[in-house]
Amino acid sequence: MAHLHSRGKGANKTPPDCVASGLPQVGRDGAFRRRTGVPGAIRSADGSKPARREEGVTVTTISAAEPSRRDFLYIATATVGAVGAAATLVPLVGQMNPDASTIAAGAPVEVDLKPIAEGQIVQVFWRSKPIFIFHRTKQDIERAQAVNWQTLRDPAPDSARVLPGHEQWLVVVGICTHLGCIPLPHQGNYDGWFCPCHGSQYDSAGRIRQGPAPLNLPLPPYQFVSDAAIRIGEAAPANNKVRT
Amino acid sequence: MSDHSIYKPQSAFMQWLERRLPIAGLVHSSFVVYPTPRNLNYWWTFGGILTFMLGVQIVTGIVLAMHYTPHVDFAFNSVESIMRDVNFGWLLRYLHANGASFFFVAVYAHIVRGMYYGSYKEPREVLWILGVILFLLMVVTGFMGYVLPWGQMSFWAATVITNLFSAIPLVGDPIVTWLWGGYAVGNPTLNRFYSLHYLLPFAIAGVVVLHIWALHVVGQNNPTGVEPKADKDTVAFTPYATVKDAFFIGVFCLFYAWFVFYIPNYLGHSDNYIPANPGQTPTHIVPEWYYLPFYAILRAIPNKLLGVIALGASIILLAFLPWLDTSRVRSANYRPLYRQFLIVFFIVVIGLGYLGSQPPEGGYVIAARILTAYYFAFLLIVLPLLGLFEATKPLPNSISESVLREALAAGASALPPTGARA
Repeated sequence: MAHLHSRGKGANKTPPDCVASGLPQVGRDGAFRRRTGVPGAIRSADGSKPARREEGVTVTTISAAEPSRRDFLYIATATVGAVGAAATLVPLVGQMNPDASTIAAGAPVEVDLKPIAEGQIVQVFWRSKPIFIFHRTKQDIERAQAVNWQTLRDPAPDSARVLPGHEQWLVVVGICTHLGCIPLPHQGNYDGWFCPCHGSQYDSAGRIRQGPAPLNLPLPPYQFVSDAAIRIGEAAPANNKVRT
Repeated sequence: MSDHSIYKPQSAFMQWLERRLPIAGLVHSSFVVYPTPRNLNYWWTFGGILTFMLGVQIVTGIVLAMHYTPHVDFAFNSVESIMRDVNFGWLLRYLHANGASFFFVAVYAHIVRGMYYGSYKEPREVLWILGVILFLLMVVTGFMGYVLPWGQMSFWAATVITNLFSAIPLVGDPIVTWLWGGYAVGNPTLNRFYSLHYLLPFAIAGVVVLHIWALHVVGQNNPTGVEPKADKDTVAFTPYATVKDAFFIGVFCLFYAWFVFYIPNYLGHSDNYIPANPGQTPTHIVPEWYYLPFYAILRAIPNKLLGVIALGASIILLAFLPWLDTSRVRSANYRPLYRQFLIVFFIVVIGLGYLGSQPPEGGYVIAARILTAYYFAFLLIVLPLLGLFEATKPLPNSISESVLREALAAGASALPPTGARA
């Protein structure tokens, strides 16, 4: 590139710094080299030893000289090319994200809670993810509330895991936060879930208690549309604590 | 590659062609007169075996693709239809599925050879790094292929492996969604895995060309680790290496055929004959056998992010072997301490493979942690220090000297005429 640049701007200029430094003038610009046809000059353009010394001189001349119109055209063309190449990445990368039909199929779903007996855990699907709905017994709730939650790996009180006034209903995404397996209900040492893949254990509030998983089972956005029905996919308006 | 070319085209057509495209001369100089060290043992035949297996996988894969349907509703049944309805479909699928396993058998033997004889050392660093890249491409291709039958293990392997990326802070979850093309592993995931599983073997073939090119620039290593110095240290590639490679490919194929025809499902998992069910995880989920050591490393570490980092590092570190190993002596035959540490390392990797197949609880986890510690200690502590402190055995002056000394020691009666003294 250095030679390309110098060819444009140095063609009609005398090189005083070059003369002063006592370096040979050949190889300062392409026009001169072509005109003389000195074999040594051609060799220096290939980057053999003497050329490297000259190149150092040439570079200082470039930085001091006014950029020519040709320099501007080179840079502008390269920039447009680079921006164009980067822009083609947008559709190529974007096509891999969820498409319109997948997003449309991810609309909120309503679940009737009446058939779920106390102590029962049912699994429904929302956005192809299993959602656990746990109708907790009084004992489950008391145990979950009695835990010293500040010491847990992902600290959260039981009140942050359920909606106020609906403590008997725990609604969590049934995907182990380790590597995405579905934990088995009513197993493990904490009244909750046990993941068969890598041994993570969750309690009756869906909090991680043991094993490699880093986080509690996530809470999907949901709200109660009546006392016995929820809509998954829409956050409860008055409750900021519900995480998506 | 053309240094040794003495190719003289005979026929008028070949002379005409050679002036326009010197491909026959290239083949002649690279695979006929190319000098190979005369002391290469059978460990050096796995490169040829790997090339052969890549060909087998591409040919069987292309014909399987003619009968397979990459859709969540049809994939499982199309594979069953290949097994039952398609002419010779059972053979082609078993060749392909077991071919993947034997591909990995060969690549592990190839890596063991490289580590034992120090084949990664100067000037073969780029050759070695290209090999690590090939291994990574094989891992990715094999994983995506395993997803295609859309059985339970396919589905949950896809889920677990793509979720490894969710360990990345901040951008992890968007990356996983992007990989899936949905909110979970589903039809878009299967489609893109099929597309990439078809593409990547050709990428592998491209890197294989670079790998062989780099090999032919620096020349082959050999069991002494001493570079060939004279013509008597080498023999021509054809017939010596060609015949030896062909013979051992035949031996290798005996084992391959035994699996294909007699125990075709031995290396698979029976759960993969259950159609994928996104609502239920199999109680005991394991990857294919060739990933088990790395899976054990992932599970040995109780922190998710660190576990994923350790999994990646366990492979990436291999690319840095040329610089982690500070010894100037290549072959483990002349490095008594390195030889012992290295053999323990190989046993540790096999042990990790066993632990990866066991449930992640109790003593298995503790054992996996100990073996994981050795794996990394060997690469990061033992290798750099050994080169500084180890007393190595004297190297032979040349390959032919070592060959003749062995021949004398074995009491060989007929010595080659080139060197009567040892």
